Amino acid sequence: MRPFVYEQPNDISAAVAIASRFTTDDEQPTRANAQFIAGGTNLADYMKLGVAVPNRLLDLNRLEEPALRQIRVSDDGIRFGALVRMGEAADHAEVKRRCPVIADSLRLAASGQIRNMASLAGNILQRTRCEYFRETSWPCNKRVPGSGCAAMEGFNRQHAVLGASDACIATYHGDFAQALIALDAVVRAEGSRGARKVPFARLHRLPRDTPHIETDLAADEIITAIEVPAVAWARRSRYLKIRDRESYAFALASAAVALDLDGDSVREARIALGGVATVPWRARAAEAALQDKKLDEASADAAAQAAFADAESRQHNAFKVELGKRTLVRALLETRDMKV
Amino acid sequence: MDAAAPKPGENQGEPLPRIDARLKVTGQAHYPADLPTANIAYGALSTSSIARGRVTKLRLDDARAVPGLLDIVTYGDMDKVEKPKFGNSGATSIGPLHDRTIFHDGQIIALAVAETFEAAEEAAQLIRAEYEEEKPTASFDSPGAKTVDAAGKNPMHKEDVKAGNFDAAYAAAPVRIDARYSTPTQHHNPIELFSTTAFWQGDQLIVHEPTQNVTGWKVELARQLKIDPANVRILSPFIGGAFGSKGPMTPRTAIVAVAAKRLGRPVRCVTSRMQAFGTQTYRAETRHRIRIGAGRDGRITAFAHEGWEVTSRADAYVVAGTSATGRMYDYGSVLTHVSLVEADRNTPGYMRSPPETPYVYALENAMDEMAVTLGMDPVEFRRINEPKVEPIGKKPFSSRSLIQCYDQAADAFGWAKRDPKVGAMRDGDWLVGMGCATAIYPTAAAPCAARVRLTSDGDVRVQCGSHEIGTGVRTVAGQMASERLGVPIDKVNVEMGDSSLPPAPVSGGSISTASVCSAVLKACDAIRTKLSVGATAEGRPLAGSHNEELDFADGKIVAKGGASAKIEDVFKIMQVGAIDEYAEFAPKGATPGALKKLYAGQPEFHGGDHDEDSVKYAFGAEFVEVRINRYTREIRVPRIVGAFAAGRIMNTRTARSQLMGGMIWGIGQALQEATEVDGRYARYVNRDLQDYLVPVNADIRDLQVILVPEVDHAVNPAGVKGLGELGNVGTAAAVASAVYHATGNRIRDLPIRIDQLIA
Repeated sequence: MRPFVYEQPNDISAAVAIASRFTTDDEQPTRANAQFIAGGTNLADYMKLGVAVPNRLLDLNRLEEPALRQIRVSDDGIRFGALVRMGEAADHAEVKRRCPVIADSLRLAASGQIRNMASLAGNILQRTRCEYFRETSWPCNKRVPGSGCAAMEGFNRQHAVLGASDACIATYHGDFAQALIALDAVVRAEGSRGARKVPFARLHRLPRDTPHIETDLAADEIITAIEVPAVAWARRSRYLKIRDRESYAFALASAAVALDLDGDSVREARIALGGVATVPWRARAAEAALQDKKLDEASADAAAQAAFADAESRQHNAFKVELGKRTLVRALLETRDMKV
Repeated sequence: MDAAAPKPGENQGEPLPRIDARLKVTGQAHYPADLPTANIAYGALSTSSIARGRVTKLRLDDARAVPGLLDIVTYGDMDKVEKPKFGNSGATSIGPLHDRTIFHDGQIIALAVAETFEAAEEAAQLIRAEYEEEKPTASFDSPGAKTVDAAGKNPMHKEDVKAGNFDAAYAAAPVRIDARYSTPTQHHNPIELFSTTAFWQGDQLIVHEPTQNVTGWKVELARQLKIDPANVRILSPFIGGAFGSKGPMTPRTAIVAVAAKRLGRPVRCVTSRMQAFGTQTYRAETRHRIRIGAGRDGRITAFAHEGWEVTSRADAYVVAGTSATGRMYDYGSVLTHVSLVEADRNTPGYMRSPPETPYVYALENAMDEMAVTLGMDPVEFRRINEPKVEPIGKKPFSSRSLIQCYDQAADAFGWAKRDPKVGAMRDGDWLVGMGCATAIYPTAAAPCAARVRLTSDGDVRVQCGSHEIGTGVRTVAGQMASERLGVPIDKVNVEMGDSSLPPAPVSGGSISTASVCSAVLKACDAIRTKLSVGATAEGRPLAGSHNEELDFADGKIVAKGGASAKIEDVFKIMQVGAIDEYAEFAPKGATPGALKKLYAGQPEFHGGDHDEDSVKYAFGAEFVEVRINRYTREIRVPRIVGAFAAGRIMNTRTARSQLMGGMIWGIGQALQEATEVDGRYARYVNRDLQDYLVPVNADIRDLQVILVPEVDHAVNPAGVKGLGELGNVGTAAAVASAVYHATGNRIRDLPIRIDQLIA
C-alpha cells in the first residue's frame, strides 16, 4: 500500500477548501491527488489493489452538517443525506412504502456488513468491477487512458451490451442508481464554484472515447444530498435483480420499474436497466412503447425489444441481451401485479 | 439432539461437540500467520504478469527506495538451495527463482521484505520486470497444446483400467449413448490465506504455515535447504480451510526461509488472494467422453470413459478418476483412457475428491441420460446395474451400501412424488426439476504413529502429527481415546499439527480418521493391557478376570461379572504415575518399509482399489430439487438430501458437517464455481471472491444428511471409511439431472448458468 495523507475535515466548506487546494480544475475526481472517502467499501479496495492512487484522503465522516445523515420525507418527496448508509435507507419504513424500488435496490445490493458501511453518495459513485480494470497488470483505458481494453476480446461475461464504446465495455454495477434514474432523482453537490443541482440522469458519463471520465463532478465537488421527487408512479415500483447466486453478487441483468396505471392501461412508465449497461440506464424507448397500452406479456415484450434494440454483445455476454429482455418483462408484470 | 447433532445409529459414535470449538469461535485458536509476534519482518511477493517467456530485467530501484525495505530475494539468491520436487510433498518442480524462465501466469519473481506489511506490499508492487514474451498455450484447443497419454506419467496412474471387449459389446448394444462433458478450472479459495512464517534459532528452522502434511514438508524443506530434517520444525495447529490446497508445499516456503536466514529475524509472508491463484495449486479443467451400451432391459453391457486433463509443462499432475468410474456399476465391458494436455499453466494439485469430482460428474450425468433414453427411472436403472463384484479385477466390495443409500434418500426426499415427464412439474412461474446421482470415494489408510499418555489423575494426552483441517479429526481422535480408556472427553487433550509429534500421513485422500484413530486405538489398547495386568494379577482387585473380558468405563475397569476397580486405584497399586504408549499403525498390505517411509514423509496408501482381497469404497446417493424461473432462468436449489454409508461413524456431528459441506460445495460446483482463463494470455481473470463465486447462505435452503449404518471390519482396525471427500461427489450430476428434468436442457459443461439455459 502506498503512503497517503489522511484528513478529517469538520464541515463541507472545509472539505471543499482542502480538496480545491490539492486538486486542479482539469483533474478527474477518480484520478485526483486528493479524493473523498465515506464508507470506503469501494475506494479502500481499489487503493489496496493499486487501482486508485490518491495521495490525500479526505474522510467525510466527521462532517458536522446534520442533514448529511438524515432521510427527510415530505409532500415534495424524499431527501437522502449523502452520508446516510445503504442499510438505513433500505430499512426506512417510509422509503419502503413510498418508493419500494429504492428499498429493493439497496436491500438486494452487497452484504449486510457492506450496507452498514457504505454511504448513499458513495454508492452511486462506485466504480466498475471489470476484472481487467481491477488488476493493474492489464491494459485498461479507464484506468490508464490510451492503454487499450483487455476486456473487449477477453473474458467479458459481466460486461455491458448497452452504452459501450470502442474504448470501454465495463459495466456500471450499482443497483441504487437504477432506482434513482427511474424516479427522476436530482443530486445536490457543493464545490469551490458553489452549490448546484444535477439531474441524476446527467451525473454519469457514457464511456465514448474517454472512459476515464466517469461523472459530471469536479474533483473538489461533494455530493451532499439525493432528492427523489414525489411522483405518481413511485408507489407501484420494483427492482428485480438477476444474478448467479441468491445474494451478494452483482446483477447479470436488473430492471427498476415504476408504473402509474389506469386500470390495466399504462399512464406513465419509468424503466431503468442495470447489469447490462456502462452507466445507469434509462430505457426511454421502452417507456414510450408502453405509453397508454394495456400492460400484458405481449406489450411488455415489445417494450423489452425496444429497450435492447441497440444492444451490442461480445463473445461471452451475448446471453445478456435475451436475459435483459426477460428480466424487464418479468419486472413489468410483477410491478403491474403489486398490491398498492 | 438436533439436526447438527444426529442421534447415533448402529456403529455410530456420539455427536460430541468439537473439542476445539470454543477456542475457534472465541478467537483463541492461533492460526499459523498469527504466530510468532515478536520482531517480525514482513514479506510480499511480486509475481509475473505473463505466462510464458523469460525475465530479461528486473528493476528494483523504486522498490529499494521504499522506507523500511529490508531485503529483496530474487534471481541468484536461491542458487545454494535445491529446486523443489513435484510429488506428495511438493506442489511443483518449478523453482521460480532458480531460473528466469516463466512457466505460468503469476509466477514468483521476487520477495520484498520490509519492516511493515504495508511497506513490503508497496515495494513488491514497485518491482518492475521486463520480459522476453512468448505466445502461451492456455488450455484445451489452444495453439501449442500438447496431448500425451497419462498412463505411466505419474505414480498415481499406472495404467488405464479395462475389462472385456468394449468395442464388440458396444457395437452389439441395442441402446447406446455417446456424450461429452466438461468441468472448469477451480481454485480452493480457503478463507484462511496462504502464508509462511519462518525463523531460525541457530541451526534450527521453525516454520509456521498452514499445511496438511507437517512431516512431508519437514523432510522436503530440509532437502531443499540441504539441512538435517531433525533441524526443521513445521507448525500448523489450526488451519482455516485447506481442501487439498495446503497438502503439497509450494516454492514460497523455502524462499521465506532463505529470507529469514539472510535477515536473521522472523519473516512472515501472507500471499494475497489474487496471488494464490498462480502460486498455489488448483483443480484443472477436464473433458470427458462417455459411451454406454445397454440392453432394453436396462442392463449395461459396455462402458467407455475417456478423460482429458490439463497440466503444466513442468509436471504431469493427473487424477484419472476412471479407476473409480470403471468400477462403479456392473458394466460387462469397460474401456478407459486418460490423456494429459500440457499448457503454460501452474501445476494443478489435489482439490477435494480430485479424481471423483470431475469423473463421477461425467459418469452420473451419462447414467441419467441413459436412464432417460431407456425410459427408465434413474434410481431403478442404477439398481439394475448394481454389481456383485467390481468389473475390473472381479474383486468383491469390502462393503457396499449404495442401494440402502438410494432407498433411504429417495424416501426422505419424496422421490415417489416426482412426475418423470420433463417440464411437468411447476410452481407458479418456477419450473421444478428433481434429479439424483451416486457418490463414491475410495477408502484408504496409511501408516500412522501416535502417542497416548494416561495419568493416575485420569488425564489423557494424545499426540499425533496429523492436522485439524476442519474435519474434526482432533475431536474424533480424542473421542477414540476417551472411549477406549473410559475417561470423559473433557479430560482428553489432543495435540496435532506439529512435525515434532509422532508422524502421521498427509491429511488427504480422506484417510485421516481411519489412520489416526487406528494408531490411537493401538496406543490406548497398550495402556489398557498394562492396567489390566496390574488389576488382575494375583491379589489385585480383579484377580482371576481375563484381560480381554475387561471394560474401561467411567474411570473404572469393569470385569465381566460386574466387579470393578477405579483406574486411579490401579495406578496406586502399580506404583506408577502415568502410562505413556507410543504406537505405530500400518494398514493391511503395508510393505516391510512402510513405517520407515512414514518417518521420511512418504506414506504408503493402502485400500481403495489397491488391495488383493477386496476393493474398498464409501458410497452415497444424493437427491436434488431445482427451481428455474420460466422467464429469467436463474436456478435455485430449495432442497437437497444425501444418504451416505461409510462404515463406523466416529462422531455423527462432525460426519454430518463434513458431508453437508461437501454437498454445499457440490451445489457451488454445479452452478457457480469456475476460474476463467483468458485464452489469449493463459492468465486467470477472476482472481478474487467477488468474481469467483461460491454459495452463500441464501443459496442453501433445506439440506438433509442421512448417515446409513454400515459395519465393515475389513477396511481398518477402526472400521472407518473416510467421508471427508464423499459429499461433493455426484452433487453436480444430480443438479444437472434436475435441470434436465425441469427444462429438457441437458447441460454437459459445468457450471450450469443462465447463459446456457436462456438461448
